[in-house]
Amino acid sequence: MSLEYTSAEMMTVTAARALENGTTCFVGIGLPSEAANLARLTHAPDVVLIYESGTLQTKPDVLPLSIGDGELCETALTTVSVPEMFRYWLQGGKVDVGFLGTAQIDRYCNLNTTLIGDYTAPKVRLPGGGGAPEIATNAGEVFITLKHSKRTFVDQVDFVTTLGFGRDGKGRDGVPNIGKGPTRVITDLCVMKPDPETRELVVVSLHPGVTAEQVQEATGWEIRFAEQLETTAEPSEKELEVLRELKARTERHHSGE
Amino acid sequence: MAEFLSLHDAVARHVEDGDTVAMEGFTHLIPFAAGHEIIRQGRRDLTLIRMTPDLIYDQLIGAGCAKSLIFSWGGNPGVGSLHRLRDAVEKGWPHKVEILEHSHAAMACAYEAGAAGLPLAVLRGYIGSDLPKVNDQIKFIECPFSGERLAAVPSIRPDVSVVHAQKADRKGNVLVEGIIGVQKEAVLAARRSIVTVEEIVDDLEATPNACVIPGWAIDAIAVAEKGAYPSYAHGYYPRHNRFYKEWDAIARDRDSFNVWLEENVYNAGGAS
Repeated sequence: MSLEYTSAEMMTVTAARALENGTTCFVGIGLPSEAANLARLTHAPDVVLIYESGTLQTKPDVLPLSIGDGELCETALTTVSVPEMFRYWLQGGKVDVGFLGTAQIDRYCNLNTTLIGDYTAPKVRLPGGGGAPEIATNAGEVFITLKHSKRTFVDQVDFVTTLGFGRDGKGRDGVPNIGKGPTRVITDLCVMKPDPETRELVVVSLHPGVTAEQVQEATGWEIRFAEQLETTAEPSEKELEVLRELKARTERHHSGE
Repeated sequence: MAEFLSLHDAVARHVEDGDTVAMEGFTHLIPFAAGHEIIRQGRRDLTLIRMTPDLIYDQLIGAGCAKSLIFSWGGNPGVGSLHRLRDAVEKGWPHKVEILEHSHAAMACAYEAGAAGLPLAVLRGYIGSDLPKVNDQIKFIECPFSGERLAAVPSIRPDVSVVHAQKADRKGNVLVEGIIGVQKEAVLAARRSIVTVEEIVDDLEATPNACVIPGWAIDAIAVAEKGAYPSYAHGYYPRHNRFYKEWDAIARDRDSFNVWLEENVYNAGGAS
């Protein structure tokens, strides 16, 4: 008998499974942080989590609300300055995986977290690049996780804050000392991977109960599906239990002060 | 040599209209008390620099202190938008604020270059990003040794930097602990510097490799108890996460923001 779970839980568990034990991961705040910590608390106890606030090899008991919560520092192996974090640890090539969220993504995994509309007269001003532009190019590879909708999966991002594979899919070709870029995108509906040749996103796995039509309906371009389309494995009882406990702990912690 | 001043006098002496001001603290140790003092003293036309503008610059921008903003991530961490920043950028209230945006890596490198007395910072950054198209302070250079194309940004050299720290000793030496961000770099890169501290102690009890800024590299020390609130001071008080959430509603509306400003900044005295 299958377990009861939400599509958000399905997304987090699938994103967590992408992280292998022993990987060094530069973690973005929000969904990536939730997934990376779930991985650490389940199948990947030795995953090394790094946050841009300078906290190296951190093991937070509750999820941080901000990238610089005290919890991250108190549970870290060590905390370095922000210039050291970006220069030595990220640019120096010590990070296997950058784990990012985004506001908009296109078929070539370019990410927009800057604004909706025109730069000089924005309709909606978003927070901006933060660490993402260099995480995406200096990490060995990049995982992206976000909710699937026509607002987020757009034909053309309004602004390329962070490189996926460029507007034509060739943005990394011939560039020295650059990471592989995005290797998988995990949403609440499916898992996608870039085509090895064209770099265009291809749906490789549908979450249980999700149809190809639903994915197409939530995507702003005609999305491709793999010939061997798989069904994503359901969350296990253990994964759901650990995730729910983590979220409940986090909620209690942040509602106090 | 660091001079011990009241927060009022430190700001009055070292922060002038039209200055380029960096108030740093990466989520941790954000110098809110000093920011409020700048608002109370009615400084205008400031060029504000901060990697993460956070609530502190949302407040300064909403209060009309800023002419322009240089930043790399302008959100309310874990909550959403900075509504006063957005209102200024999108609608020009209380007046238009020019923005110049970078990535974190570039700003961190630019502070470090400023502290190192260099004119520019070089990094492997901005590859494939549209940011160089909208920020003319981002250029690309060729490495003279390898030929690799690298990004270059001007170093950050503020007129004045303001940071908050846990403690200073009686000679004005300052200990910063926890998430140290770019505070040391910001102080060393600036022409003048103000450090607010939770307390003055006889002995910093610093370990050999601790982040200590010598008193002779600082201009003014001012005691500001809970001076980083609602951000936090490692070892003193936690981040007031609930206030960060409440700020969303306060800042969303111009009137409620003005009421908050009146009650919590203009009428909150501040030591003179």
